[in-house]
Amino acid sequence: MRNKIPRVPVREQDPLVRATNYDEVSYGYNTEEALLESSRCLGCKNPRCVTACPVNINIPAFIAEIENRDFHKAAEIIARDSSLPSVCGRVCPQESQCEGACILSVKGEAVAIGKLERFVGDWSRENGVKFTDKAPLNGKKVAIIGSGPAGLACATDLAKLGYDITIFEALHEPGGVLQYGIPEFRLPKERVVKNEIDNVKALGVKLETNVVVGRTVTIDNLMDKEGFSAIFVGSGAGLPKFMNIPGENLNGVVSANEFLTRNNLMRAYDSNYDTPIYVGKRVAVVGGGNVAMDAARSALRLGADVTVVYRRTEKELPARVEEVHHAKEEGIEFRMLTNPVEVLGDEKGWVRGLRCIKMELGEPDDSGRRSPVPIKGSDFDIETDVVIMSLGTSPNPLLSSTTPGLDVNRWNCIVADDDGRTTREGVFAGGDAVTGAATVILAMGAGRKAAAAIDLYLREN
Amino acid sequence: MYKIVKKRELNPLTSLMEVYAPRMASSSKPGQFLIVRAHDKGERIPLTICDYDSDAGTVTIVTQVVGASSRQICHLDEGDHFTDFVGPLGEPSEFIHKTAEELSKMSFLFIAGGLGTAPVYPQVKFLSSMGAKVDVIIGAKNREMLIFEKEMQSVCNKLYICTDDGSYGKKGLVTDLMKEILERERYDHLVAIGPMIMMKFVTLTAKPFNIPLTVSLNTLMVDGTGMCGACRVSVAGKTRFACVEGPEFNAYDVDFEEAMRRQGMYKSIEVEKDHHCKIGLDHNKRAAQ
Ligand SMILES: Cc1cc2nc3c(=O)[nH]c(=O)nc-3n(C[C@H](O)[C@H](O)[C@H](O)COP(=O)(O)OP(=O)(O)OC[C@H]3O[C@@H](n4cnc5c(N)ncnc54)[C@H](O)[C@@H]3O)c2cc1C
Ligand SMILES: Cc1cc2nc3c(=O)[nH]c(=O)nc-3n(C[C@H](O)[C@H](O)[C@H](O)COP(=O)(O)OP(=O)(O)OC[C@H]3O[C@@H](n4cnc5c(N)ncnc54)[C@H](O)[C@@H]3O)c2cc1C
Ligand code: SF4
Ligand code: SF4
Ligand code: FES
Repeated sequence: MRNKIPRVPVREQDPLVRATNYDEVSYGYNTEEALLESSRCLGCKNPRCVTACPVNINIPAFIAEIENRDFHKAAEIIARDSSLPSVCGRVCPQESQCEGACILSVKGEAVAIGKLERFVGDWSRENGVKFTDKAPLNGKKVAIIGSGPAGLACATDLAKLGYDITIFEALHEPGGVLQYGIPEFRLPKERVVKNEIDNVKALGVKLETNVVVGRTVTIDNLMDKEGFSAIFVGSGAGLPKFMNIPGENLNGVVSANEFLTRNNLMRAYDSNYDTPIYVGKRVAVVGGGNVAMDAARSALRLGADVTVVYRRTEKELPARVEEVHHAKEEGIEFRMLTNPVEVLGDEKGWVRGLRCIKMELGEPDDSGRRSPVPIKGSDFDIETDVVIMSLGTSPNPLLSSTTPGLDVNRWNCIVADDDGRTTREGVFAGGDAVTGAATVILAMGAGRKAAAAIDLYLREN
Repeated sequence: MYKIVKKRELNPLTSLMEVYAPRMASSSKPGQFLIVRAHDKGERIPLTICDYDSDAGTVTIVTQVVGASSRQICHLDEGDHFTDFVGPLGEPSEFIHKTAEELSKMSFLFIAGGLGTAPVYPQVKFLSSMGAKVDVIIGAKNREMLIFEKEMQSVCNKLYICTDDGSYGKKGLVTDLMKEILERERYDHLVAIGPMIMMKFVTLTAKPFNIPLTVSLNTLMVDGTGMCGACRVSVAGKTRFACVEGPEFNAYDVDFEEAMRRQGMYKSIEVEKDHHCKIGLDHNKRAAQ
């Protein structure tokens, strides 16, 4: 009979303290807590959690090894399917993936799969465990474009199969959104991201930063002149959307990507770094996704009063429940059913406010979601110094426009089948570049599928 | 790391550097720019590609000190390294899509303001090599701040020079000289590169002459790859990202007032930072004041 205890809570930094620092919010489980939580898993024969994990980690098996206190074995099991356990354990939307499907969640609380995975990932790092077993080099070169989760996952699998892999990254630091988007207080950069990327490099994967494929070098050149037999495109969906409302180019209006990039990639919150950031006293964040929460919570830590403006209700907030909960605890104000219609400026061209209109939920649309409609005459102004637009992103057209034969759809997403085959022979793609903005683990899943397809393709050719 | 293989001081505030970056050297085209970081805590600073040599694998940049980061760049010496050096970025100048045959029948007038002379150089060089007739106006504050005179002379047809204080060439602003020239000579295309305010007045001056005019916008930038929107400008009423859709645009469509205002967004923060920075640097290297 399994342990009938409630889910082991995770210790966190006090909300009032953490609102003033950039240290990690969640401490994660210690050994005792992990052992206790692991004893809750039923070790199902047909584990629903595994099917719901996009990379199908053998969840009951690794949890059983935690319970056996064989953390090394647990790490080995996870490593078969994921090279980023410390990352995914922290940022996966577990409630809608593995944990959402856990049998225990039907009647009570799911096993804390994410926290256990994080525990194993962190344990491996602290104990210097690396899994570098790989086939001997087979003499074939594959280029990976983009060092986000999709590219890293694809590189890992292909390197293990013996391919000679080079990742080309446009920015000066690898990691994609893990580096420039998700803030330090949710995902530590040195300790976690860098370490997991080092593990990928330990497989012999080469990483060239400061290469913008499409500008510095083209896909044609990589294939024809540099001898790469196949290409994987994991270039993400980095192009920010704006609302196209009046006043959007006033000083003080920034995209969430700009705000987060200044803070994360460029470390603007740390006075030892040169890149400036402007926060003012009051910040309004427009949008309700993970990105909006990250921008809001970053602005709060830089000393601003922060309001999140979202046009639907709390129930529809696309951000993870945990993030919204954390944001509220830290003192961020939420204004639901509110939509900006104009950014107001002062005589010098700086933001002084945000004119909004109240919304109500109308009839359900094609997607089944009730779409918000404005209530006539309900305009009101929010005073603010900075407006952060967080309305989503789409793939950057740079690569598709410089690669003949690589088709995109009308949202600029690269057209690819389930295994990542694009319309151009030898070129594969996956992650946000194909699906539009999604999640870390979906991007990794796509990278792995493409790796298998690339292997097949290169064996046949 | 990217090695500075040659450095030359053009004047007390301006340095030319040749940097070893073979991938970039073989893919650069006129009109494009790059981004550098001088050290591992540095800002990403956009600079125009002023020349490139694919055989030597080098790219030439010219940097003028305006604040903390450009000062750090100018303090680097021959043999030192940039931590990061990425590009080419942005769209090349439109004319590179024309054939030599088409270009050989065309005439251009370039209007370069101050430091803008450096980015004008590769364009003039390219066009002249294609057989186009290219005249150039350089405007500088004074004789000391004038750069690239000899280089320009060797690649253009006629070179006109004016200085604000009359210490060299004609006394006055580029717009006066430009008006005078346009009243007597006909050109197919004008290109102006320099401070935003200069490009604005060149645009106003050129308008009555009804000649196409291209400007290169030096907006604020962070990534330079279309990811952040810091570089957005209004062109013909639409928001465009200067780093991927520019930096060159049709001058008559550009909202210069907005562009100048947006350039000053971090001004107060930067001034304070620069103040600190000077204190730290003065004692070890010659201050580029
Ligand atoms: C702020 C923020 C918070 C998020 N929070 C979560 C979360 O909590 N949980 C979750 O699961 N997901 C989250 N996501 C989504 C998740 O991060 C992405 O879905 C995931 O990173 C996509 O991975 P990717 O590898 O496809 O692309 P990316 O991570 O975007 O990586 C693409 C990389 O390719 C590089 N690149 C692009 N073009 C080129 C080129 N031409 N040449 C060379 N390199 C190029 C880019 O610089 C980048 O490094 C968040 C996203 C953001 C922006
Ligand atoms: C496409 C492009 C090409 C450029 N080419 C060159 C070049 O070849 N050589 C060169 O020296 N500079 C060039 N610049 C400008 C250069 O990037 C800035 O001078 C630099 O970013 C200033 O950084 P700083 O920290 O030294 O100054 P800051 O401390 O940031 O600023 C000092 C002062 O300069 C103003 N300023 C800040 N950024 C810019 C900018 N982008 N353009 C104009 N003024 C600015 C500020 O408002 C402030 O008043 C280019 C800019 C762009 C976008
Ligand atoms: S990778 Fe994500 S979805 Fe899969 S088990 Fe881990 S936390 Fe769950
Ligand atoms: S569904 Fe839940 S209980 Fe069953 S194996 Fe997965 S985690 Fe354990
Ligand atoms: S500089 Fe970031 S989008 Fe242009």
